[in-house]
Amino acid sequence: MYDVIIIGAGVSGCAIARELSRFDLKVLVLEKAFDVCEGTSKANSGIVHAGYDAKPGTLKARLNLAGSLKMEKLSKELDFPYKRNGSMVLCFEEKDKEKLRELKARGEENGVEDLCILDKEELCKLEPAAGENAVAALYAPTGAIVCPFGLTIALAENAADNGVVFRFKSQVKEIKKQKEGYLIQAKDQSYEAKVVINAAGVYADKIHNMISERKMEITPRKGEYLLYDKNIGNLVSHTLFQLPTALGKGILVTPTVHGNLLTGPTALDGKDREGTDTTGEGIRQVLEKASLSVSNIPERSVITSFAGLRAHITKLPDEPETWVGIKRSEIEDDFVIGQVSDAPGFIDVAGIESPGLSCAPAVGEYVSEIVQNLLKPSIKKNFINNRKGIPSMSLSSDEERHKLIQEDPAYGNVVCRCEMVTEGEILNAVHRTLGATTTDGIKRRTRAGMGRCQSGFCNPKVVEILARELGKEESEIRKSGEDSWYLLPLETDQQE
Amino acid sequence: MRKGTVNDMKTVDLVIIGGGPAGMAAALSAYEKGVTQILILERDKELGGILNQCIHNGFGLHTFKEELTGPEYADRYISMVQEKGIESLLNTMVVDIQGGSPCQITAMNKEKGMFQVEAKAVVLAMGCRERARGAMNIPGFRPAGIYSAGTAQRYVNIEGRMPGKEIVVLGSGDIGLIMARRMTLQGAKVKLVAEIMPYSGGLRRNIVQCLDDYNIPLKLSHTVTEIHGKDRVEGVTVAKVDENLRAIPGTEEFVSCDTLLLSCGLIPENELTQGAGAKMDPVTCGPVVNERLETTVTGVFACGNVLHVHDLVDNVSKESESAGAFAADYVLNGGSDWKEAVRPKIPAKTKCTLPEGRDASSQLICIGCPVGCLITAKKREDGGYDITGNTCQKGEAYVRNELTAPVRTITSMIRVLGGSMKVVPVKTAQEIPKGKINACMSQIKEACVNAPVKVGDVLIENVADTGISVIATGNVTDKTGG
Repeated sequence: MYDVIIIGAGVSGCAIARELSRFDLKVLVLEKAFDVCEGTSKANSGIVHAGYDAKPGTLKARLNLAGSLKMEKLSKELDFPYKRNGSMVLCFEEKDKEKLRELKARGEENGVEDLCILDKEELCKLEPAAGENAVAALYAPTGAIVCPFGLTIALAENAADNGVVFRFKSQVKEIKKQKEGYLIQAKDQSYEAKVVINAAGVYADKIHNMISERKMEITPRKGEYLLYDKNIGNLVSHTLFQLPTALGKGILVTPTVHGNLLTGPTALDGKDREGTDTTGEGIRQVLEKASLSVSNIPERSVITSFAGLRAHITKLPDEPETWVGIKRSEIEDDFVIGQVSDAPGFIDVAGIESPGLSCAPAVGEYVSEIVQNLLKPSIKKNFINNRKGIPSMSLSSDEERHKLIQEDPAYGNVVCRCEMVTEGEILNAVHRTLGATTTDGIKRRTRAGMGRCQSGFCNPKVVEILARELGKEESEIRKSGEDSWYLLPLETDQQE
Repeated sequence: MRKGTVNDMKTVDLVIIGGGPAGMAAALSAYEKGVTQILILERDKELGGILNQCIHNGFGLHTFKEELTGPEYADRYISMVQEKGIESLLNTMVVDIQGGSPCQITAMNKEKGMFQVEAKAVVLAMGCRERARGAMNIPGFRPAGIYSAGTAQRYVNIEGRMPGKEIVVLGSGDIGLIMARRMTLQGAKVKLVAEIMPYSGGLRRNIVQCLDDYNIPLKLSHTVTEIHGKDRVEGVTVAKVDENLRAIPGTEEFVSCDTLLLSCGLIPENELTQGAGAKMDPVTCGPVVNERLETTVTGVFACGNVLHVHDLVDNVSKESESAGAFAADYVLNGGSDWKEAVRPKIPAKTKCTLPEGRDASSQLICIGCPVGCLITAKKREDGGYDITGNTCQKGEAYVRNELTAPVRTITSMIRVLGGSMKVVPVKTAQEIPKGKINACMSQIKEACVNAPVKVGDVLIENVADTGISVIATGNVTDKTGG
């Protein structure tokens, strides 16, 4: 029997796993996909929000501020890309300036430091590209950008290094309450645990409803993005939001931590929990709305579009007033994190939409406290606090590069030329803790295929290396899911 | 190292970046002019560049006065480079170029690590790359099964692997047309080629010999408006576009397929050029050059597809010979003032359509050369033909054959055991009857040969009882390198 089973290896699940790995607990993470970071965590803005958005007093407000304050230190401990570039909320109408002041006041109430309002002149000085249409801006110097894959993978690897077990391709089918703890029927195997943590993202309602009579409903809210070539990555230096609307934070324009430019997201409620397809209408909206913030983004420089799904709660569990210790009225538009009232030891981590990525480090600690109260675990003596990422040839100095190649000549063989990723980095990605088994896994760990040619050049080489290293035939290599094959089996094409 | 520490510094007269057709032609011409200390830096494991995967024929009509396949064209240049003893470093990636006197090149490979080369001059010959899906903003999922035509070409012709069974091609550039035929010959079903423009960007002869020969529909003024399938491509939506290239509502049609090939244009690959600080030309997407093909960076010249995208490799070779000669002159006699910019002569982009209402039984497009003459043949009472519209003798012969006993040269690849490569490119030594193509392809697909294989080796005799051999068009050494 496991002490804790976490369902879902997104950023929340992995952050919780890492926090729990500080204790002498037997922890298992069940994930339906082939890898960590395959759902909402892989397709979002990559923003560490400063924390002025959420309603004061909510979990969102509390955890956002805490997460934002922890992220930089965490990025050093776990070696993932993070940059405090500062964010701005742009205001386009004189009459809306009052809203900026309200937002500033809200941020201050939430505890966000150093907020200030920029007039047009100051704005133009600090962010010239945004000066055309905006009349003023709220400036949050503590806003930052982070690599969402880097963060999630780092948390997962460190958790695994500290003894947490990860099982992939293990979709949860059924959960049963037992005398002590729960029995979880996953795709191929069943597992028992004293405590179950539901961090299943857009499926968190399905998991919740397996065990609770008080039903919850999550609606996937699609957000579409456009990613631009690094050659225009320095068009802006800050993360530029627009004043929030009823449907969300509007369209942002931001540099990514790797130096691309990113615009998006839209917000469209749908039904398909796998519906991460982009739409003509969505792309059009992003192009149009982004041009309000920065008018000269060259459309030709788009290198890819993608969509993510926010886990938006549309029906809260029909719970008593004091459910999870918070008044019902206050749960509206907030995360749902806590023990389910009719399922002791079953903890929901649901509705983790924006600013979920920013909150992750704090969500990990928050849930860890709940588990500590339940299981009273002792602290692990030999906890490994740090994790070293894959060396990046592209970010290294010439001297560092030379040293890497001398130590391992594979670092001298460039596989992805757009992002300058070498065979050495790919081999490292395959053979490290929770190593990559798919081309998407390689892409998120090394950036091979992430560049302007979008894997046109490196795909055959990455497929070949993966097959060789995993002892597989090339036709067995997948992009991400079961049916995402690249090549026909050899015998098939010979028969034709 | 760029900041001062020197490691394994090498000094030469001329560094050529890229060992494809442009780089080799530039190197040879500089050598002829008397510069002998030349170093070619090539990122791939062999010289030849993209020609190695262009196993179809149609190359060399100008340069060698005969029709060659890509690997054969490359092989001729590689032999000349080797004969002259011009040094090349393979598997070597250049990461930085600094112009000046001398120029400094920073590169890396497995053996030397990071190293620097000093040269009096540099010729940029890095070629181009394909436009990716993102630039076209096609909505939908991002499944496996979306390949640029060049990636698919590499899989099929170099790796000997098939990336799919049911194919839709978006874009009718020459690579797209060539790959439609190539995939068909290997047993895939090519459903259609969609082209957003009202004309094809490819050569007329490729529309005839790649699409018409295999009954593959070319849908002009059509584009892909959505990609279906989450894991693997399951189909695409194809729609007609209006004169503003926007999809016309109501014309959408779902086409099931497992693969989408993109052939939507080429872009000069100029990251290094821009890194060196060269001024760029927004029209060609290549560096601005003067009439000596010299960029705005001291000592740095450019030629081939890095300068602007060429339709024909023969033109690349010709331009690169000039660049090599100018660079040699610079090395030997020093530079002169950088006068005004001259945009290299870019032939008007092919805007190809087959004439509408053409009577295919008497009006034929000649496939003998890239011109693609429209030739009319009128049957006389005596059974002979009056042939008009051809601009050379080849056209007349082509039409006579086509009306009586049409023939084609077939190019493909054959599996190799124990070799440095998995497959070797091949062609029929002469044209074979069109009716024998399938029989010929079955034999080629079943064949398997042992390494080593050399250009010209007969690999199948009397293929499909035609009396014609299938011969190797590339070299494969045995695994030990022999």
